[in-house]
Amino acid sequence: MDALSALSYEEAFTKLELAVAALQDGRLSLERALEHYEEGMKLAQYCHDLLQKAELRVQQLRVTDNGDLAVEPLDLP
Amino acid sequence: MLFPEGPAALSVSQVARYLKELLETDEVLREVWVRGEISGCKTYASSGHCYFTLKDADAQLPCVFFKQARLRSSAPDLRDGMAITAAGRISLYERDGKLQLYVEHIQVLGAGALFLRFEQLKTRLAAEGLFEEERKRSLPVAPEVIGIVTSPQAAALRDMLRVLRTRYPLARVVLAPALVQGAEAPTAIAHALDLLNEQGEADVLIVARGGGSIEELWAFNEEIVARAIARSRIPVISGVGHETDFTIADFVADHRASTPTAAATQAVPNIADLLADTLELRQALPVLMDDLLARTRDGLLRAERDLERQTPQYQLERFQQQLDDTTDSLQTEMQHILTLQKERLKGTDLLLRSLSPELTIARGFSVVRRASDGTIVTSVQQVQPGAELDIQLGDGHISARVE
Repeated sequence: MDALSALSYEEAFTKLELAVAALQDGRLSLERALEHYEEGMKLAQYCHDLLQKAELRVQQLRVTDNGDLAVEPLDLP
Repeated sequence: MLFPEGPAALSVSQVARYLKELLETDEVLREVWVRGEISGCKTYASSGHCYFTLKDADAQLPCVFFKQARLRSSAPDLRDGMAITAAGRISLYERDGKLQLYVEHIQVLGAGALFLRFEQLKTRLAAEGLFEEERKRSLPVAPEVIGIVTSPQAAALRDMLRVLRTRYPLARVVLAPALVQGAEAPTAIAHALDLLNEQGEADVLIVARGGGSIEELWAFNEEIVARAIARSRIPVISGVGHETDFTIADFVADHRASTPTAAATQAVPNIADLLADTLELRQALPVLMDDLLARTRDGLLRAERDLERQTPQYQLERFQQQLDDTTDSLQTEMQHILTLQKERLKGTDLLLRSLSPELTIARGFSVVRRASDGTIVTSVQQVQPGAELDIQLGDGHISARVE
């Protein structure tokens, strides 16, 4: 599940909902059910960690000399 | 001589009335606009009437603005120090000999022209359909990037960042700084909105400015800002001024928040809610898994039971059982038939008995037979005298000869 870290919170949460829905279906083989269960637990943990560790990033938009748009961190007092 | 002699003196009332008429018939004073500064403004809660003094450097004029006139003219609230032009008539209030301006209409200096422009622009843009509900886009539920247009020095920005940090630190904020007041502000705000659209990363934009006077908020009433908001491809939330301030930007925006802080609050979900959602799902997983396992176990037990039924031993026992049952049935049926037959037999027997001659004979009748051939004699014609007869009685036979 290295692909996990590439997921945004929204994406991960949606996949978690899908895993739960699959388990609710009840027609799964035991093996598939276990797969969904494990994936679901991993996703839940990932979402939880994202929320706990999140820090607001603040940036400022700037037009560079050659007319491009650049984004740089902004520190406010 | 200062005073005319005797009865030529006028009463106070007469003088007052005279003055009043003089004032009220004067061409200038009947309908006059007076410019000055408000002082000593006092509104009586009970009557709703407003009393103040209009003054300039050299003189003062008492004014009264009655409740009806105030409501009719939809005048703004008056405050000391306001520079205004008041329209009305000058007259004398005889009761206390007070000369005053009876105000019909107030125009706050400077704001009058602005108000007109505001109304005109509002009407024009409304006619173009820029304020229509259908135009307004819904805000993203959980925006990843939030674009903000405001002044970097303003308290409004710090307030918004504080709200976002607490409520939804998952997001990233991109600030497009702009002047929010003054002559260059409208262009700056419009340009900032366009830049954020060009950069394209934001999921929602907030255009904000803290509270202020109508003049200070005026940039958000300019057409150039309204057009920039209207053409934004990214949904725009306006958070300008205080709760009661409504600017043109507020009408055009996809969503109006009453203040910058409210705008930040409404732009994002609450992280506490998200945590709760995640926790709920996480707790649901083991429960669902347990259910599934229980169901699987039950399925297994059922299969085992089914399997047991298929063993030869089981089959044998089953057939044995069937045989026993059938044999039982057979025997029972047989019994039943035998009983029935016995009954029939008994019945027939009784019938037979009742029909037999033995009973008849017992009653005294006898059976007469010809001794020679055993034929039963039923008539006297059948015998000749001298014939040998056998008479059967219930308990024996008698040999006899016919006389």
